[in-house]
Amino acid sequence: MGARDRHGIDPPWGEFRHVGQGSTKIDGLAKATGAALYADDLSLPLMLHAKTLRSPHPHARLRAIDSGAALALPGVHAVITGRDLPVRYGILPWSQDETALAVDKVRFVGDPVAAVAAVDEDTANEALKRIRVDYELLHPFLDPRESLARGDPPIHEDRKEGNVSKKVELAFGDVDSAFAGAAVVIEGDYDFHGTTHAAIEPHCVLARYGPDGVLTLWSSTQITHYVHRALSRVLGLPPHRIRVIQPCLGGAFGGKSDPFSLEFCASLLAIRTARPVKMLYTREEVFYAHRGRHPMQMRYRTAAGPDGRLAAVDARILIDGGAYSSYGLVTTYYSGQLLTGPYHFPAYRFESTRVFTNKPPCGPKRGHGSVQPRFAFEVQLDRLAERLGLDPFELRRRNLLGADATTVNGQRVTSNGFARCLERVEEASGWRQRRGRLPRGRGLGMAGSMYISGTNYPIYPNPMPQSGIQLKLDRSGLVTVFSGGNDIGQGTNTIVRCLVAEELGLQLEQVRVVAADTDLCPVDLGAYSSRGTFMIGNAVLDACRKLRGTLVSAVAESWGVDPRRVRFVDGAVVDLEDPGRSLPTADAFQLAEARFDTLGATGSYNTPSLGGDYRGGTIGASPAYSFTAHVVEVTVDEETGRITCERAWIAHDCGRALNPVLVAGQMEGSAYMGLAEALVEEHEVNRFGLHRGPSLLDYRLPTSVDTPELHSLIVESLDPEGPYGAKEAGEGPLHPAIPALSNAVFDAVGIRLQHLPFTPGKVLKALRAAAAERRPAVAAVSGT
Amino acid sequence: MLVRGLRRKIGVILQLQVNGDVHEVDVPDHWTLLEVLRYRLGLTGSKQGCDKGDCGACTVLLDGQPAISCLVLAREAEGRSVLTIEGLAPRHVAAGGCGVDPVQAAFDASGALQCGFCQSGMILSAWALLARNPRPRPEEVRAALAGNLCRCTGYTQIFDAVARLATAGAATAPETSPEAVRD
Ligand code: FES
Ligand code: FES
Repeated sequence: MGARDRHGIDPPWGEFRHVGQGSTKIDGLAKATGAALYADDLSLPLMLHAKTLRSPHPHARLRAIDSGAALALPGVHAVITGRDLPVRYGILPWSQDETALAVDKVRFVGDPVAAVAAVDEDTANEALKRIRVDYELLHPFLDPRESLARGDPPIHEDRKEGNVSKKVELAFGDVDSAFAGAAVVIEGDYDFHGTTHAAIEPHCVLARYGPDGVLTLWSSTQITHYVHRALSRVLGLPPHRIRVIQPCLGGAFGGKSDPFSLEFCASLLAIRTARPVKMLYTREEVFYAHRGRHPMQMRYRTAAGPDGRLAAVDARILIDGGAYSSYGLVTTYYSGQLLTGPYHFPAYRFESTRVFTNKPPCGPKRGHGSVQPRFAFEVQLDRLAERLGLDPFELRRRNLLGADATTVNGQRVTSNGFARCLERVEEASGWRQRRGRLPRGRGLGMAGSMYISGTNYPIYPNPMPQSGIQLKLDRSGLVTVFSGGNDIGQGTNTIVRCLVAEELGLQLEQVRVVAADTDLCPVDLGAYSSRGTFMIGNAVLDACRKLRGTLVSAVAESWGVDPRRVRFVDGAVVDLEDPGRSLPTADAFQLAEARFDTLGATGSYNTPSLGGDYRGGTIGASPAYSFTAHVVEVTVDEETGRITCERAWIAHDCGRALNPVLVAGQMEGSAYMGLAEALVEEHEVNRFGLHRGPSLLDYRLPTSVDTPELHSLIVESLDPEGPYGAKEAGEGPLHPAIPALSNAVFDAVGIRLQHLPFTPGKVLKALRAAAAERRPAVAAVSGT
Repeated sequence: MLVRGLRRKIGVILQLQVNGDVHEVDVPDHWTLLEVLRYRLGLTGSKQGCDKGDCGACTVLLDGQPAISCLVLAREAEGRSVLTIEGLAPRHVAAGGCGVDPVQAAFDASGALQCGFCQSGMILSAWALLARNPRPRPEEVRAALAGNLCRCTGYTQIFDAVARLATAGAATAPETSPEAVRD
């Protein structure tokens, strides 16, 4: 990290004019009026429509594909199969095990087998029916324990480790002696079911291959740069002949952060037919494309002293990865590496094993790899507090990691507002007056968490910046910003505009942002790992600061004053010592252009070297961590077993809240999503390898009626390295929702829910078990 | 050899009244209103999130009532007036207002527009609610929006947007102010 990557927390011109204001979004009105264009809103003359044929079997060898009858159908322009796109890819360079269409095997129901381009969707669908595929069925692995136990038949033939996708074992400190000497040991088994992103926009692409030999792909992706690289690799086209553009994006949450089959298929079909090709997944296909949150079976042991101070944590985790690697290597590390805050513990060991199964592949979903362990661990802490007779807040306070600390696994933590987060939710929820005192059936629970603001691990190792920005200043007073960042609805472009306006003393309307177009914009690695605000923000400040001196000196020279007297503010330049003297920005830009040259600048950000000095030590190492605490209030109906979440208080330390309205939106959206995962959502694959209900009705997303009251409490611990002190807000605030809800159910009716989702059936069963335990003598008597 | 691309569906000519204009469209018989709006009339503001009536992203107003346009055959919309998200601002301006419709402005001001994909449907549902009930109670707001799934916001800022209008009266566009309580 160079000096230019640290910009300090102070306002550039004395006071903030835009930061902290909660201005409306750069594309808000475009979205509100229907003018914003998403991928499926685009069309081109002569455009063809493409469809994918998918495997109906979870595990099978492909013996033969006959697409003759499909190709013969009038209106069909091309049919492609795995032979046409045999080059493997995968988001991580170490585990490239996917092909756009199955080459010799299918590995889950829904694995793409062939793609058709035709004049319209109906014709393309009709053509799919005419493709004959000869499958040789293989034993399907649907239970991760079976995949762990045997590697035959292998899901991926070339893997040495049977059906194991990744195994990570790491230990820090003396775990065994800590357990031997502990006053209390809490043990428990926890299950995290699978869940999926369910962004409302289905995946969609439009590909055009121009007569100049340039392929342009508009894709609903959150990782333009990686898609660019993957297309080049798979299609064998040099990258400078490929342009990837992300149009307005209708939600992602990690579900659009892999390269997907449709991106390659539509591109090749466009090349083969010399016509633009669009492919739009159906909702059912989106469920099978998946990459959602991994199911995990977790066993935790937590050791503590008599005062509740944590002595050691020991975890074993079995991760169901589904059919392909995707981000699985990182998931496997994250499942252990991200647990080491916001509490201090001196000894830690985890063993995480990700296995392949013949199910839709899992990947990153909001809070990648760490939501599941966080659930288990925070319930463990609640049980520890119960055992020691401590208030759950008090237990956590006794174990605070604090600011400027190093975690047991060697991660550097700088700013830390967790203690304040605890205070805020404790106070806002009326915890002290209400917890344990509500009528039976109602309860409060709490939990905490920590999350990364980007990571220093750039997916493919390279020494270049993680984020780049380019500025162009116009004589009109307009600044155009070229940003590689992916605005996926979280508001990255709005933040970019805010920072540029702040740094150059402009009005917001004087800044336009061109983003996520690989021809026009410098590289940013994409919208994942909660890296946007932190990394893109720092790149913006870097670029602006290179121009500020130029602008100021041009004006100072023209006025014949000391540059320190020149201030850019609200679209004008003023002389601090002569209130009568000012210029509109446009004039200042013109002075500077005449004096120096055409005006522009680039800026970038790269992380410092971070992480522990061991294999995997950099995975999960972040330049800054965010912190969250939740209190959740529930009502449990003991007749029906139904849990209703009434309200949730969410305190989140996002560093400086550059735009508190956007931050609150991220906090509320995160909490909603976590609570829904706890209570209703379930990505379940049945014994035939079929999704239980691949629709937005059967996969139950909470509606406006089901969603609890959500209270956002923003905590700002200014981070020394974030742009003006900012950190992430998009993923961290999800984490405590699930354990806080489980802990609230305990407060309400005295049962511990450790197996997600918390369905009425599980609640009733636990209530019956608890009742039986309370009446052992009666049961024994009635049994005789 | 058969010339590719010339295969035609036997369709019917429909007359549709959309955002005050009358359009004659020739579409396959099984096309839905959503398909006609998006792929024939270029009104892509109505979104398709599921194409089976589950998400509400395709909500339009049919004779002033919210309707799931992916479940309405195009021909069923004949003789009825269709209002889509694109029609709101022009309607507001034609009535003497300026800028966008106050409901659109309130959604913008409240931060309710994250990815925005659900929002044309959401805004139309809210608009229809406020048209028949300018001061809805919170439960009425929740009920009126229950057919529109939003995956981004947790609905809170959407409720804020409608609440601003309910208190302000739908005539004035609300001011921007941060909703969250800050430390
Ligand atoms: S697209 Fe019509 S309800 Fe989902
Ligand atoms: S704003 Fe994204 S789905 Fe509602």
